[in-house]
Amino acid sequence: MHGRLARKLLGSTMTGVTYGAAALAILPLAVILAMLLFKGAGSIDWDFFTKAAVPLGEKGGGFSHAIVGTLIIVGLACLVGVPIGVATGIFLAEFGGGRVGFGIRFVADVLNGVPSIVIGIFAWTWLVKPMGRFSALAGGVALGMILVPILARTTEEMVRLVPNSLREAALALGYPRWRTSLVVVVRTAAAGILTGCLVAVARVAGETAPLLFTALGNQFFSTRLNGPMAALPLQVYTYALGPYDEWHRQAWAGALVLIVLVLALSLFARAVVRAKRQHA
Amino acid sequence: MTDLAATALEPEAGPRPTAEERWRALRTVSRGDVIYRSVLTVLALLLPLMLLLIALELVANAWPALAKFGAGFLVHSVWDPVQGQFGALPLIFGTLYSSLVALAIAVPLALGCAIFLTEFAPRWLRNPVGTLIELLAAVPSVIYGLWGIFVLIPLLRDHVWHTARHVLGWLPIFSGVFYGPSVLAAGVILSIMILPYIAAVSREVLLAVPPSQREAGLALGGTRWETVWRVVLPYGRAGIIGAVILGLGRALGETMAVTMVIGNRHEVSASLLQPGYTIAAAIANEFSEAVSDVHLSALFLAGAVLFLITVVVNALARVLVWRVARGSAVGSTAV
Repeated sequence: MHGRLARKLLGSTMTGVTYGAAALAILPLAVILAMLLFKGAGSIDWDFFTKAAVPLGEKGGGFSHAIVGTLIIVGLACLVGVPIGVATGIFLAEFGGGRVGFGIRFVADVLNGVPSIVIGIFAWTWLVKPMGRFSALAGGVALGMILVPILARTTEEMVRLVPNSLREAALALGYPRWRTSLVVVVRTAAAGILTGCLVAVARVAGETAPLLFTALGNQFFSTRLNGPMAALPLQVYTYALGPYDEWHRQAWAGALVLIVLVLALSLFARAVVRAKRQHA
Repeated sequence: MTDLAATALEPEAGPRPTAEERWRALRTVSRGDVIYRSVLTVLALLLPLMLLLIALELVANAWPALAKFGAGFLVHSVWDPVQGQFGALPLIFGTLYSSLVALAIAVPLALGCAIFLTEFAPRWLRNPVGTLIELLAAVPSVIYGLWGIFVLIPLLRDHVWHTARHVLGWLPIFSGVFYGPSVLAAGVILSIMILPYIAAVSREVLLAVPPSQREAGLALGGTRWETVWRVVLPYGRAGIIGAVILGLGRALGETMAVTMVIGNRHEVSASLLQPGYTIAAAIANEFSEAVSDVHLSALFLAGAVLFLITVVVNALARVLVWRVARGSAVGSTAV
C-alpha cells in the first residue's frame, strides 16, 4: 500500500511538524515577554513603586497602591483558601479512597472549571450586596474560593508522593493514625504543599474578573479591608482600556511587574517540586 | 508500708485481659483519629457546599429574569437595558463561536506539543519545553488582553487581513470590513490561553499509555509516527477528547482577555472579522453599571447559563480523562 520510503518520509515529516508545533506554542510566550520588557521596562522607576496614581493630566505617579492592594487581597485569599484547600487535599489523600473521596475529587475538578467571573458575582451576592459596599475583603474571599479546588488537588498529589513505608514505620512505633498523618506524612510533604500554594497564589494574583465587583479598584492608596482597594491586574485593565497614552505606558509597566511576580512564583515552585520528585 | 508493698507486688488487681480483649484494644480507633478525620471531612465537604451555594445563588438572583423571559432568553437577540428587553442569543453564540475558533487553532498545536513532549523530543529537551508551554497558562488573562489590544489586533489589521482578504474574502466567515476588535482576535488570544491546558492534559494521557502498546506497534513494523498515530493516540483517545473539552471549558469562561479584544457588540454575525460578545464579557462590562433590577437579573441568568455549560463541560472532561488515567490528579496540577 505505502512504499517503505513514503512511510519513512511521512514519519520524519510528522516528527518535524511536532517540533514546529512546540516551537509555535512557545512563540507567544517569548513575544509577550519581549513586548512587556520593551514597552514596560522604560517606565519602571522608583516612583512607580512608591507613588500612587496621580489625577488625570498630571505626569508621573505609580502603582504603589495597586501593588500593596494585590498583596493584601492575595493575603486574604490565602487566609480563606489555604486551610480549606490543604485540609481537603489531605482528606483526599488519606481518606479519599471511598465514594465520598471520589465525589469530592470530582467536585474539586468541576469547581476548578467554574469561570472566575461567576465566582466574582457569587462573592458580590454574598459579601458586597449585604454589606452595601465594595470591599477588599470580598475580593479576598472571591480569590480564596478560586484557591480552594486548585490547592485540594495539588496537596493531594503531594501527600500521595510520601512513601507508604514512612507511614508504616510511624504506625509500628505506636503512633495513632492522626499523629502519623500530621507529624510524619504531612510534614514530609510540607515543602511540596507549600510550592503547590505558591503556584496557586501565582494564578490568583493575576485574576482580574473576580475583583471587578468585589474589590472594585481604587485610584488612591488604601489599606482598609472594608473599602474598595486597587489591585495590579485591575489597574492594568483600567489603564489599558483608557484613552490616554500615559495610561497605556503605565499599563505596560504594571503588566511587566505583574508577570515578573507571577512567573517568579511559578518557576520557583516548579523548581522545588521537580527537585522533590527526583528525590522521592 | 506493708499495704504499699503488697500493691506494688500485685500490679493488676482485676482479672487479666484476655487475648481477644487485647486485640480489640489495638483495633479501636483513638479519639484523636476520630477528631482528625471529622475535621478534615467537614472541611472537605465545604467544596460540594460551595458548588451548591453558587448554583442556588445564581438561580435565586436570575429568577426575576427567568420568570419574565423564560426560554425566550436563550433565543432572542435584542438586549436593550433601557426598554428592559433581554435576549442572550448573541452572547451565547459569541461565547460558543469564539471558543470553537480557539479550539480549531489550539487543538492541533496542543496535540503536536503533547506528542512532541512524550514521543519525539530528546530527553533533555522535554522538561524545559514542557515548562515553557505550561508557563503560558501562568500568564494573567489581563496581560493577554493588553497584548491583544496593542500588538495582536494591529498585526491582524495591518498585515494578516490585507493579504488574507484577497485569498479568503469570498468565505462568509471572512466577509465584511475588519476594524480590529473581533471574534477572530478573541479566538486567537483564547487559543494561546487554552493551548497549555490541552497540551498538559494530553501529555499526561499519552504518558499513561503503557509502553507495551508502543513496543507492540514498533514490533509489527510500524515507524515511530505510525505507532503514535495508530496505536498510542487511539489508546488515549478518550483522555485526549477529555483534554480538548477541558480546554473548551476554559475558553467558554475566560473573561478579561476576551472582553478586551472581542469588540463587545450584541450581534450575531457569521463573520470572524466582526465584533461579537460573550456571556463573561457582558457580565464584566455591564454588571456594575446595570440600570435596573431586571438588567442585573438578566446578567445573573446569563451567568447561570454559563455556569451550567461549564459545569457540564468540565464534568464530561473529567470523566473522559479519568477513564484513561484513573485516579491520578491529571491536569489539575499540571497548570
